[in-house]
Amino acid sequence: MMIKKLLRKGAKSEEHAKYLAQLRVYDIYIKITQYLLLIFLLGIWELSVNMQWVDEFLFSKPSKIFNLFIDMMMKGELQHHIYVTLLETFIGFLLGTLLGTILATFIWMSPFVSKVMDPYLVVLNGMPKVALGPIFIVAFGAGYISIIAMALAISVIITTIVIYGSFKEVDPNYLKLAQTFGAKKLQIFLKIILPASFPTIISTLKVNVGLSWVGVIVGEFLVSKAGLGYLIIYGFQVFNLTLVMLSLFIISVAATFMYQGVSYLEKKLLSIHE
Amino acid sequence: MSDTLILLDRVSKRYHTKKDEILAVENIQLSVEKGEFISLVGPSGCGKSTILSMISGLFPPSEGTIRIDGQKINGPTSKIGYMLQQDYLLNWRTIEKNIFFGLEIQGRLNPITKKHTLYLLNEMGLVNYAKAYPNQLSGGMRQRVALVRTLATNPDILLLDEPFSALDYQTKLKLEDLVVETIRKHKKTAILVTHDISEAIAMSDRVVILGKNPGHINKILNIPMEIRNPLPLMAREQPLFQSYFQMIWRELDNDDKKTSS
Ligand SMILES: Nc1ncnc2c1ncn2[C@@H]1O[C@H](COP(=O)(O)OP(=O)(O)OP(=O)(O)O)[C@@H](O)[C@H]1O
Ligand SMILES: [Mg+2]
Repeated sequence: MMIKKLLRKGAKSEEHAKYLAQLRVYDIYIKITQYLLLIFLLGIWELSVNMQWVDEFLFSKPSKIFNLFIDMMMKGELQHHIYVTLLETFIGFLLGTLLGTILATFIWMSPFVSKVMDPYLVVLNGMPKVALGPIFIVAFGAGYISIIAMALAISVIITTIVIYGSFKEVDPNYLKLAQTFGAKKLQIFLKIILPASFPTIISTLKVNVGLSWVGVIVGEFLVSKAGLGYLIIYGFQVFNLTLVMLSLFIISVAATFMYQGVSYLEKKLLSIHE
Repeated sequence: MSDTLILLDRVSKRYHTKKDEILAVENIQLSVEKGEFISLVGPSGCGKSTILSMISGLFPPSEGTIRIDGQKINGPTSKIGYMLQQDYLLNWRTIEKNIFFGLEIQGRLNPITKKHTLYLLNEMGLVNYAKAYPNQLSGGMRQRVALVRTLATNPDILLLDEPFSALDYQTKLKLEDLVVETIRKHKKTAILVTHDISEAIAMSDRVVILGKNPGHINKILNIPMEIRNPLPLMAREQPLFQSYFQMIWRELDNDDKKTSS
């Protein structure tokens, strides 16, 4: 009875109720299938290791990964690594977005500067930023600053290009409108350009979350003494593939959460904006 | 001549693009007195919007000078309200925020100006839409909002580029009356661009007929008192109205034949 009521919630008529119930049942089937698939895949993995179809040393297995997880959490080791990586990613992400927006603003302010910067941006954007790793280490030392610099380097240029692009795309007639009221350049920027580009800026947030993760993990591969990227490299060096798998798993979960968080933020901000 | 407010003295405008130079208007000579209502009519592309933009100070003429109150203009001022040919409502702002936009830019947004602006919105029959967003409005409604936005800053000179083109006939007639009334009451000066000959005759003191290639003044027609004095809706009833309509029609038609042959 309860279920039936839930399925019919918000219905406008008998027919609408049927329609809603159908949609909702369908959604429930999808959810159930998703969970079953996960259990099935994990089960196959566990089984194939137990039956020695594949090498446990190379592939580890879910129960072992889970045990390691509990073990490291109990000892409080894991928390620290997660915290370090999250912090670096978050800072890299914020700085990348902020700096990219500020750079875009400077470029927009002067058409001359934008023309001059154009080839530089193209080259910088084309360059694989990961290759800058050694330079960062020399410049900032083998610590977290280099790692954040890496995350920043990966996201800042593309952010600048995308946001500057959206500044430029703003309908010039809006600028004309502001000018008819005697608007100054700064007013045009604050009241027209920035709000008109707001959706683009928000959407770069989502891209930058992903890019920051790449930057931080690569950075940790190169220099760090802590963090999930470090755990992967360390696990690889001591042939503890269970540790590698566990780190990978945590990274995916954390990155997904962060991405969802930003998506939520995007929805919230855009709904205010619209 | 002491009352001349706007003076265009041998004004020409050339647009430059990478490939071409376009002579949009040539040798425009026109003076507008304080409190006068002028209409510009003419074929598409004859430079009507160009003339308004130059008067508003958006860009200077290529040749000649434009004076307002005897002063050469440099850039837009709050004395002039320019309603562009399209509404360009900012779609991230509510209607209310849109009509406050000019006041905001000019740093004149206060409870008094706000109240006055909302009063204007009410006059346009849109007060219920104050909190709505532009994409929830029809073309005609948007145009009225743009008109309110222009009137909100209370400029002495109104430049109106086809302000009624998207309105249904009835709303249009009502708004014509409303605008003329407002302008007369506050002794404003107005230049209206329109494709509607009746509108030009019914609303203005003088009608400037333009020709194109390049844009030039063909004729300036004084509208007689009988038509000028009543509000636009009643003006259309005047016996003389039709003959003026015909006169302008013929003028535009002749020019059309000349340029197309
Ligand atoms: N920014 C511009 N760059 C180049 N040419 C332009 C520009 N703006 C207008 N023109 C040209 O100048 C001429 C006059 O244009 P304008 O917009 O003033 O005409 P209009 O009389 O307002 O026409 P309509 O009735 O269609 O609005 C046209 O030939 C047009 O192509
Ligand atoms: Mg025009």
